[in-house]
Amino acid sequence: MTPRLLEIENLDVRLTAGRAARPILDGVSLHVGRGEAVGLVGESGSGKSVTCRSVLRLLPEGAEAAGSVRVDGEDVLTMSAARLRDLRRNDVSMIFQDPRASINPLRRIGDFVTEGMRAGGMSRDDALRRAAELLESVGIREPRAALRRYPHEFSGGMLQRVMIAGALAGEPRLLLADEPTTALDVTTQAEVIAILTGLRGERSMGLLFVTHDLELAAAICDRVYVMYAGRIVEAQTAGGLFDRPRHPYTSGLLAATPRLESDRPPRGVPGRPVSLAEAPAGCAFAARCAHARPACTRDVPARREIDGAHVACLRAEELSHD
Amino acid sequence: MTEYALEVENLRKSFGGQVAVDGVSFSLPPGGSLAVVGESGSGKTTTARMLVGLERPDAGRIRVGGRDRSAAARGRATRLSRARELQMVFQDPYLSLDPRVSVAQCVEEPLRLHFAMSPRERRARRDELLARVGLGGREADALPRRLSGGQRQRVALARALATEPKVLILDEATAALDVSIQAQILDLLAEIRRESGVGYVFVTHNLALVRHVADDVLVLHQGRVVESGPSSRVLTAPEHPYTRLLLHSVPRPGWDPARIAADRRALATESKESS
Ligand SMILES: Nc1ncnc2c1ncn2[C@@H]1O[C@H](COP(=O)(O)OP(=O)(O)OP(=O)(O)O)[C@@H](O)[C@H]1O
Ligand SMILES: Nc1ncnc2c1ncn2[C@@H]1O[C@H](COP(=O)(O)OP(=O)(O)OP(=O)(O)O)[C@@H](O)[C@H]1O
Ligand code: SF4
Ligand SMILES: [Mg+2]
Ligand SMILES: [Mg+2]
Repeated sequence: MTPRLLEIENLDVRLTAGRAARPILDGVSLHVGRGEAVGLVGESGSGKSVTCRSVLRLLPEGAEAAGSVRVDGEDVLTMSAARLRDLRRNDVSMIFQDPRASINPLRRIGDFVTEGMRAGGMSRDDALRRAAELLESVGIREPRAALRRYPHEFSGGMLQRVMIAGALAGEPRLLLADEPTTALDVTTQAEVIAILTGLRGERSMGLLFVTHDLELAAAICDRVYVMYAGRIVEAQTAGGLFDRPRHPYTSGLLAATPRLESDRPPRGVPGRPVSLAEAPAGCAFAARCAHARPACTRDVPARREIDGAHVACLRAEELSHD
Repeated sequence: MTEYALEVENLRKSFGGQVAVDGVSFSLPPGGSLAVVGESGSGKTTTARMLVGLERPDAGRIRVGGRDRSAAARGRATRLSRARELQMVFQDPYLSLDPRVSVAQCVEEPLRLHFAMSPRERRARRDELLARVGLGGREADALPRRLSGGQRQRVALARALATEPKVLILDEATAALDVSIQAQILDLLAEIRRESGVGYVFVTHNLALVRHVADDVLVLHQGRVVESGPSSRVLTAPEHPYTRLLLHSVPRPGWDPARIAADRRALATESKESS
């Protein structure tokens, strides 16, 4: 059997340094196939970015990871530094949430986009030609001139395209997109998403799409994982998640999301999201859950399959029948 | 004739030759709620800032409760009474709350400024306001940085309500919050409006929010109002192509980002040709 494009198994991440020691991720497992778009959804602090960055072994300072993160069967967590550099350049790319914070403002756009190609040994002229093509493919007009410009000369939406062009330079098989459109307008968001989904189709690139927007995830992903307090609490097809959410947190999120087509006012979930470090024993959602039972606070609910959905809730079977 | 809580006529503002707000007019009945929507740079915040006097309009008229406030305020009394009538809540309460001042003091400050109250009355009113937004004694003693985003937004709300304003201007007030918390705050806002009759101007780029928070909506594009009307009508039967583009851009099942991208380019070409 050929290994999956991305397979994260039982990933734990914890900060180990002295007083700040605390867990961040607990037993995260997820996978992305070739050409598949997979969503990772959750509220702030749930661990989406840490999960996503771990695929490039970009762990928080002082953090230790256990479990495995395999790209095409190769474990990223244990590979050599040289192989890791190669992987980051040729196999896996990442788009970060805030383009302004992640592109060096003092260097020209051309330097940013060609960086990886030059490091890979391509000649300057070839790299520039390729960079211009990439900028054009993400909808930047007069790409040759754009290569000579600086980041501050671009709007947020345009700079996000530049970052995408940079991420695609190595023709990655897997693209990690960490809230790539959160800082953008809805109309610009649509354009950026059109570029990403187009490329995914053309190159059969795998996409791990991190967002806090369930509607957005469902609109572009085949499957969606829902995170809460450093753990995956539900995994389903995008359609299944909306038709029949299995975890009380997922239904809470859905009910809280304002909808264009619905007259039902958004309903809040009582309390606030917690990080894994703050989470009490047992189910981390128990304090906010209307269905909680005393048993819920004893052990962390194991993830199990119900009709194709994966759910970590003690009462998933009963609740799915109400 | 009914008197509007807020009436705006032909508001205009440029920054260094660039027009940011271009002839914006609207009116808000007492206790009404108006959403102002549009993409980044369309002039929403500039409009809001002119309403509360943080920015001086180049032209236009602003009337609150029938009284004109276009001219610069003369004297402390006028300034105070203007501030009392219109209050603003910002997107990031981190920036608008003084980090050195406890929640309790933060809410007492406008009470001290605007009302002649004994310390005892003031404390009672403060606790009432904090309770109104769902905060208790533990939060009252805390500094803003010890609070979560949702709690900080509740503090900003309590502080804005302290002066018993006629109108509250909310500029992306829930945009930075998690959805589960945003829904709590929206619920609270609806309750407060029902009970106190305060009116809202709800600045947002999130169209999905509009029907849940506003009776009417104003769509801004490049500083101009391209469409306005009851939210239910504008959201279901938009008349302007830009409003339609905004609506289609909201992710939902069957969403087609490639088509939206094409429509957007067509609209940009059109508006370039017509100007
Ligand atoms: N570099 C770091 N050092 C220490 N702790 C960190 C670091 N990065 C993340 N954390 C902690 O790990 C937890 C998960 O953070 P993460 O950034 O993955 O959340 P997220 O789901 O991406 O949230 P958001 O929606 O706000 O981006 C949080 O409690 C956060 O404080
Ligand atoms: N103080 C200022 N100096 C110069 N230009 C400004 C200033 N404030 C706003 N502008 C410009 O005015 C226009 C309208 O900006 P405004 O902040 O009102 O938009 P907005 O609709 O609130 O956008 P966003 O959704 O990004 O908050 C923009 O082109 C902006 O760059
Ligand atoms: S395990 Fe219990 S507390 Fe957790 S979500 Fe399920 S019912 Fe609620
Ligand atoms: Mg994140
Ligand atoms: Mg604004």
